[in-house]
Amino acid sequence: MIPEFGHFSLLLAFGLSIALTVLPALGVYRSDQLLMRTGPSLAAGIFMFLLFSFFCLMESFLADDFSVTYVANNSNSALPVQYKVSAIWGAHEGSFLLWTLISAGWTLAVAFFSGSLTADMKARVLAVLGFLNVGFLAFLLFASNPFERSLPFHPQDGADLNPLLQDFGLIVHPPMLYMGYVGFAVPFALAIATLTTGRLDAAWARWSRPWTNAAWAFLTIGITLGSWWAYYELGWGGWWFWDAVENASFMPWLVGTALIHSLAASEKRGVFKSWTVLLAIATFSLSLLGAFLVRSGVLTSVHAFAVDPTRGLFILVFLVMIVGSSLTLFAVKASGIKSDARFEWTSREAMLLTNNLLLVVSTAAVLLGTLYPLIYEVITDGDKISVGPPYFNAVFVPITLLLFTVMIVAPFSRWRKTPVKRLIQDHWPWLAIGPIAVIAGALVTGASREPLALFIQTIAVLIFLLLVKHWLVTVKSGWKVPSASYLGMILGHLGILVAILGVVITVYDSDGRDVRMAPGDQVELGGYQFTFRELAKVQGPNYVSDQALFDVQRDGNPVTVLKPEKRFYSVARNVMTEADLDPGLFRDLYIALGEPVGDDAWAVRVHVKPFVRWIWFGGLLIALGGFVTLADRRYRRERARATVAAGVTA
Amino acid sequence: MKFGTMKPHRRNRLLLALFLVVGAGGATTFALLALNENINLFYSPEQIVSGEAPTGKTIRAGGMVLAGSVVRSETDLGVSFRISDLQSAEVTVAYEGILPDLFREGQGIVARGELNDKGVFVADEVLAKHDENYMPPEVADAIAEAHADATADATIVNETLAPVGQATDDKLSGVREG
Repeated sequence: MIPEFGHFSLLLAFGLSIALTVLPALGVYRSDQLLMRTGPSLAAGIFMFLLFSFFCLMESFLADDFSVTYVANNSNSALPVQYKVSAIWGAHEGSFLLWTLISAGWTLAVAFFSGSLTADMKARVLAVLGFLNVGFLAFLLFASNPFERSLPFHPQDGADLNPLLQDFGLIVHPPMLYMGYVGFAVPFALAIATLTTGRLDAAWARWSRPWTNAAWAFLTIGITLGSWWAYYELGWGGWWFWDAVENASFMPWLVGTALIHSLAASEKRGVFKSWTVLLAIATFSLSLLGAFLVRSGVLTSVHAFAVDPTRGLFILVFLVMIVGSSLTLFAVKASGIKSDARFEWTSREAMLLTNNLLLVVSTAAVLLGTLYPLIYEVITDGDKISVGPPYFNAVFVPITLLLFTVMIVAPFSRWRKTPVKRLIQDHWPWLAIGPIAVIAGALVTGASREPLALFIQTIAVLIFLLLVKHWLVTVKSGWKVPSASYLGMILGHLGILVAILGVVITVYDSDGRDVRMAPGDQVELGGYQFTFRELAKVQGPNYVSDQALFDVQRDGNPVTVLKPEKRFYSVARNVMTEADLDPGLFRDLYIALGEPVGDDAWAVRVHVKPFVRWIWFGGLLIALGGFVTLADRRYRRERARATVAAGVTA
Repeated sequence: MKFGTMKPHRRNRLLLALFLVVGAGGATTFALLALNENINLFYSPEQIVSGEAPTGKTIRAGGMVLAGSVVRSETDLGVSFRISDLQSAEVTVAYEGILPDLFREGQGIVARGELNDKGVFVADEVLAKHDENYMPPEVADAIAEAHADATADATIVNETLAPVGQATDDKLSGVREG
């Protein structure tokens, strides 16, 4: 009965979503306060029913109800319990249930934490979000129902969760990613709602900022976790592959980053308003495009779910509908928006504009590379190509370097006009320290002396030095406690430079080899000696594994013992590589077992990766920066003021 | 009106527009050039055997790994195997390194690398999907096409040359056992 409850609950949520789309909008149309106020309770209802439905699916997994097709395909009675829970989002149907639940969660959050929104705006925003929920729920109910049963004949036991997904990474990566993807629905809804009123003002930008920052921070965590997971679980030591699905998550992040910056200019100076609206639409559209690419199977990718043309078509139609209607609305309404603020080339506005242009151009380049195989197949009538990482590196790296260069000075620029001469006078010693420090560092540590590596490291060091200086000046100039927004900016930029350093040093200074090794063999890499001691058989809950023991030494002193495994999952009949690594702030030691190659010998991959952890540490700092901005008093003060105003009118 | 005598904000706007046009044009040209150099065309075993595929250029090839075709070196990580469209065409692939977990005989794979002048595909990368039931779409198409060709030929050939169909069946069953 439980799956039926879950299914029925989805139907109720669907009905309430339709009501949420219609009633508040009708309230706005008729200026009916009562109808406008139905939004929050409807949003709460949708969320409760979806949550209940989610728990029903969880119970089906925990109770090993293999009559439910989705459970039978993705679980097994021997599957450890934490993976039974995370298996809910291990494949298409359940992961879309999670997506929809998160969408309802954001809707609920808007309904209850938007004290500063006028009743009219709130009704409009909730109506837009309601419409999105209708779309998601329709897709769930009619094209990807996770509660479908295979009765009367159902398997006695499940086919087991894909072993790759039996990992901590699956537990945390998709929820964070979806929080980001779906979170961008809120600034989208705010933009659409504002367009319908025709009044794009500073208030709209101020409302949008915390929501955008939150969604963006979640997406940052999601992408960072994905990269980390790929590194230790399936990447063979790689951390980014320019895979179609990685790109699908990266594009909304890039445009979202542009949106964050552009919102700042729109709020503070009233400039770029229509551009900002366009970015809000683009960010959410790219999130939906990501869902389409992952779930339709049109692109070859390691992440793609099972191929199903119906599902692809459904999302494509929804995507076209969303993009088409919002752009039409934009075309009709945005022409009247004017900003009369003037600014000079050296102003902060110009810097933010540069940031936006570079981010949008790099997104366009990534989009082109991602979709090109599709385009090519259509125009050549069936010829299949793939676009390799060299394309993405060739295009993305120069644009990003330009962006980072601007990032060195941009935080110092002033609105309207920046006194350049004084700025140079104040900063040139700091600018000079950067290259000297980097070259000295390379000479002392024996790191790579490639000009490009040194150049990028210099940029990172300069960003750091000037951030520190900026901080000192700001704190000294009388702010006892800097605002949360400012602190968030510092943390975010700090995160970027930490990630840049991680990427550059990992790329240029890593040492890695694939070697043939038998017990007793030793290999020397990056100053470490790796000795293959022995091979043991290990029995896991749902697998058996060959586990190798490697002694790692440095100059004769033991460093660690690494135990990479080759697992065989008996139910799924899958072989899985479990790499083992010794993580460190300044270097990772990484060993993965390939396959047995005869005479006790194994193919072994050994890596010494300096600073690789900085990439993810940087990502987390960036996300932290995003979350810190949420504490900014301005957003709360606005709410308090609105509450007072509401009290007065009431 | 001369450029120098324009009002500053108008001049700025014109400069901005020019900057945007030049920048966008430059970026597009650059991106398309980079794209042109880095697309890897897919060739089926049949196309490679018939000489349609270029040598010395990075391309992709894919097919089913034939049962019993995997040969490993005894001293290093060199390995070679044959991929097939399950009809007549077979290509030898040479690779040095670690094969993916899902690589096995009878599995559809896609390899990226170069064809040398001996007709051996020297791979830099071998991809097998994470899902064992999944067939790379390129490979599925190549097999379907080859099969369609073979059945079309078979109607003519069968009367005189029966063994053609026979050989194909053997290969298929071998694959299944693998």
